[in-house]
Amino acid sequence: MSAENVAPQRQSHRQTEVGSLRMNWHRIHRLGLVVGIITLLASACGGTTSETNWGTATSAAGNGGMDALVAAAKKEGKLNIIAVPRDWANYGAIIDGFTAKYGIAITSDNPTGSSQDEVNAVQQLGKSSRAPDVLDVGMSVALANVNLFTPYQVATWNDILAAQKESTGLWFQDYGGYMSIGYDSAKVPAVTSVADLLGSGFKGKVALNGDPTKANAALNGVMMASLANGGTVDDIGKGVDFFHQLKLKGNFVPVQATTATVKNGTTPVVFDWDYLSAGHGTDVPTWKVFVPSNAILLDFYAQAISKNAPHPAAARLWEEYLYSDEGQNLWLKGLARPVRMAAMQASGKLDAAAAAKLPQANGTPIRLSPEQATAAKTYLAAHWAAAIS
Amino acid sequence: MGGRRLSLDWIGAVPFLVYVAIFLFLPTAIIAVGAFFGENGPTLENFTNLSRPYIVTSIVNSVVLSAVTAVAGAVLGALLTYAIATGNPRGTFRRVVSSACGVLAQFGGVTLAFAFIATIGPAGFVYVWLAQHNLDIYSGTTWLYELPGLELVYLYFQIPLMVLIFLPAVDGIRPQWREATESLGGNTWHYWRHIAGPLLAPAFLGSTLLLFANSLSAYATAAALINQGGIILPLQISNAITSEVGLHEPGFAKAQAVVLIVIVAIVTVAYALLQRRTARWLQ
Repeated sequence: MSAENVAPQRQSHRQTEVGSLRMNWHRIHRLGLVVGIITLLASACGGTTSETNWGTATSAAGNGGMDALVAAAKKEGKLNIIAVPRDWANYGAIIDGFTAKYGIAITSDNPTGSSQDEVNAVQQLGKSSRAPDVLDVGMSVALANVNLFTPYQVATWNDILAAQKESTGLWFQDYGGYMSIGYDSAKVPAVTSVADLLGSGFKGKVALNGDPTKANAALNGVMMASLANGGTVDDIGKGVDFFHQLKLKGNFVPVQATTATVKNGTTPVVFDWDYLSAGHGTDVPTWKVFVPSNAILLDFYAQAISKNAPHPAAARLWEEYLYSDEGQNLWLKGLARPVRMAAMQASGKLDAAAAAKLPQANGTPIRLSPEQATAAKTYLAAHWAAAIS
Repeated sequence: MGGRRLSLDWIGAVPFLVYVAIFLFLPTAIIAVGAFFGENGPTLENFTNLSRPYIVTSIVNSVVLSAVTAVAGAVLGALLTYAIATGNPRGTFRRVVSSACGVLAQFGGVTLAFAFIATIGPAGFVYVWLAQHNLDIYSGTTWLYELPGLELVYLYFQIPLMVLIFLPAVDGIRPQWREATESLGGNTWHYWRHIAGPLLAPAFLGSTLLLFANSLSAYATAAALINQGGIILPLQISNAITSEVGLHEPGFAKAQAVVLIVIVAIVTVAYALLQRRTARWLQ
């Protein structure tokens, strides 16, 4: 707090210097010191009143309600988020919406980073003002790093199923989707099964969103290929074999699929989450998203607040915004399935038009347990590089 | 008077020494020490893990890639350098080529990789045009996304770098020496075998070693071009640091970095020895 209050003083101090050239250095120096001490005293006094310590607050309701949270967050004035691309699940609109609503500036760091990058930043930046306030991470990273988080329960906490949150609020799932095959129907034949990709029409065209030993989305892509080829959630080997076949046929492209590579046609077929894949439709109107009914793989990401958040109130307000009807519907517009979707459908608050645009899938969604994910990654670590080189 | 005054000449070097200490020695020490620590305290496991087959493959690939692009870059760069040096010293050719080299030697990373993907990649316009004229350069495999592709892309910055660092040595060769050879009855072969060759060889080898180190440590270009399988060691290190699927092994990443440091150390020592010889030869 005090450091932030001193900063504007320094600013005005510099203006004084420019305004009155005759003022000598000593006087300026002394003036700055006095102002600094006053600021320190003022913030120290502020601390003695019954002001909430938002760094440890576990809900808004127990600490003066939303109004108090909004006021405290506005006072902080800033929020640091990390590894959140604007074109990921409509985050661009969410960031803009939050800033417009509360006037809090958002610093979005390393937008293309991985979940592990987020955790690394929390560890390396410690309590500095640049450290991330909130995280949006894959479940394996969330479960492995709960000691970095602080518990918080949003106002809509009860709408989140028990299986989709840590009971105290250290992490809580936010949005998810189905693994899918997105393809440019102008460049390749229609995809009706995973096996189609082995055909000659897909030479040098099939890509993953990342390396499966590194990125969660890619790991699930290989798992989907496994399920579609007779593998089980306990055995990703069939998926690795499938990509080995793709490689042998010259169909596999080892480039990281991005908006740019999809747009220029380098990766016209991409294994990715349906909500990310569907976003390519804005650049490529002929882009289609296919979810194989024999391999519907569902996965959720999770939110967590850093226990060292430099802007603790803004961090909590950000979560409240994400889990409000407005925030959840914004994710839905990005074709991600928000965690409160069922509850909002029941209460009639769901954006029905956006929901109707979700890629259709007929069948029962499958989710990997942490043990299954561990078995899969161990197998991939040993076999992936050999399969595709 | 009387007492010896301590020389203060070293003060000028302080900023440099501090800089090197913070940005070279400190990280090196952190990596070297961290490589001996695992999740549960001190361990040698990070080093025994280096025998994993995919890591061995990456180490071999890294060394092969660096050696091929260093030798090819050095030979092609030297030919270009010779063409520049023997031309008009104030001519347009020299000025254009040397300033272009200054720019291209620094051209790398995502932009360079995408430049190749967008031109000769399987959807690139040059490739598509060639394929339409029955020249399918990927009839066998899509080699752009394999080691040969990486070598081609790396040469794009290796050759200009060679020109930049080799040009001063070639400029040091005086035309009078050739005239002297001829007036003593020597021919072109004698000149290259006994005069220019021995003079340029240490500088040439030194530059080659620099190119080797340059390509060994390059990361971003490879990451953008070949995202899968960690084909070279820097990509494996990145995987071990940033894996979000639970293959996050910071200690192992540091052990891999130590391998790179050892390779670069060997190369640097060899480079220093050659530098010493160059100095002696040019005296």
